[in-house]
Amino acid sequence: METPLTKNIRPGEEPMSVKEYEAAGGYQAVHKVLGGMQPGEVTEAVKKSNLRGRGGAGFPTGMKWSFVPMGDDAPHPKFLVLNADEMEPGTFKDRLILEGDPHMVIEGMIASAYAIQADIGYIFLRWAYKTAEKRLRKAIAEAYDAGYLGKNILGSGFNFELRLHTSAGRYMCGEETGLLNSLEGKRANPRSKPPFPQTSGLWGKPTVVNNVETISNVPHILNNGGEWFKKLSKTEDSGTKLYGVSGKVNKPGLWELPMGTTMREIIYELAGGMREGLKFRGALPGGASTDFMIEEHLDVPLDFTHVPQAGSRMGTGTMIVLDDQTCPVAMVLNLERFFAQESCGWCTPCREGLPWTARLLEAIENGEGQESDLDRLDDLVKLIGPPGRTFCALAPGAIEPLQSALKYFRDDFERHIREKRCPWR
Amino acid sequence: MLSEEERKEIEAELEHVEYKRGACIEALKIIQKHRGWVSDEGIQDLVPILEMSADELDNVATFYNLIFREPVGEHVILLCDSISCWLMGYEGIRDHLTKRLGIKLGETTEDGKFTMLPMVCLGDCDHAPVMMVDEELYRDLDAEKVDQILERYR
Repeated sequence: METPLTKNIRPGEEPMSVKEYEAAGGYQAVHKVLGGMQPGEVTEAVKKSNLRGRGGAGFPTGMKWSFVPMGDDAPHPKFLVLNADEMEPGTFKDRLILEGDPHMVIEGMIASAYAIQADIGYIFLRWAYKTAEKRLRKAIAEAYDAGYLGKNILGSGFNFELRLHTSAGRYMCGEETGLLNSLEGKRANPRSKPPFPQTSGLWGKPTVVNNVETISNVPHILNNGGEWFKKLSKTEDSGTKLYGVSGKVNKPGLWELPMGTTMREIIYELAGGMREGLKFRGALPGGASTDFMIEEHLDVPLDFTHVPQAGSRMGTGTMIVLDDQTCPVAMVLNLERFFAQESCGWCTPCREGLPWTARLLEAIENGEGQESDLDRLDDLVKLIGPPGRTFCALAPGAIEPLQSALKYFRDDFERHIREKRCPWR
Repeated sequence: MLSEEERKEIEAELEHVEYKRGACIEALKIIQKHRGWVSDEGIQDLVPILEMSADELDNVATFYNLIFREPVGEHVILLCDSISCWLMGYEGIRDHLTKRLGIKLGETTEDGKFTMLPMVCLGDCDHAPVMMVDEELYRDLDAEKVDQILERYR
């Protein structure tokens, strides 16, 4: 089984230097694209690979790039922004790549920047990733010294500056238009779309925002081709995927696996199954903002096509497991408190609806809930939830764990109300 | 007034942005690094160099979780309260810290040594529960480990 994204990563050790990375075949994709490929050919190669965004939404990457204005009339500077904010609760996948192979990330950015003819790149890194910050700073400096960044890269005439921005912390920064506002020194409120960032992004210029794992796939696709990339997967959605597990399993962790691996394989084989005496009740498959999947979904291939058919979203692919000794109402309360706190307050359904949701859940969990509270929660799911009545996806995302908990664990909610207590306490 | 060092660091950031306000988050972080937190005076000090109003700067400063607009202790404990840590025993760690330090979340010890703040997911979920003290990450926490960590900062 090939693991292109993690093959260079040496756990517990410093990542590869530029020399070691080159010796392992690194920066070949940069040589290839700058050595005679047209920007459009790079985009075409990524389109053919069917690479889809690994930040959670699964938007086809090549198509995203293709909306950027090209040619002599295109506005400049154009920007390529790496979304390395990774603040989705339960998500720890991009950290592995950022800490473990920073040159792969930089190579992916250079090749991608060439495809859209970007002049300036930003790595938008979350504050907490101190080790990643140190390693990225070092790797960026090495890449400049080696002539992979800066002016006239490898004599090709292509210029690309790369800057590192460390965030001051807020979940909203992970939303791409919020992220752009943050880079402009503003609150990370979302922007109305259209215009999309590809035509009017950072400082009003054409901008592409891509996730770390997405960009890291680009050099491998360019080196090995789209067909190779498709064959890495077990399903129609191409490539490998970083899958993670947290919660009360025997061996929580993170693995690069073929796209379309099932939850059963990941939880019961790789993560060693549930801890002694505990039973699996469900899991959020891809971070806090995804719908629960339960026992009957254990054999669903985890990809962008099959997970939605099971009523959830692939999200980030890092699953959070609920066991039978943990109260599902309390779990959802923790999630909704997070979303209520992190809402930027821009749109009314989110600003007002999420604290209301959290208060209702708190009452139910404390044994002070009433029958009518479940109707209120059902209403709030409709008002705040998908397809969304807000500028960004935070609000509908926030509702996904709640709406699925109300469906799968309704008995538990009703029991709290009937018995006026939490049965788990 | 900005110190010489603060001014130099902010000017270095200004070289890398298209417009001055693009450096304002970095500038706020620089003030905080040198002074421990961002006071009203700290905001005022940034007005001329960034060409932003004090209100605009405060608008930004109050949005981000890690810009402190109130004084904090010598060491800041950021305790993750998001879902994976919650599942793995965040509440027990919080209560233990409260018992040991005599402070609740959001408070500072009387000797000014520690401030304890709740923090959203720190992205180390396979090693939950976790916390950061200043810039150092501590993982797989239990009561005993927390005691050992606190000793290091005494």
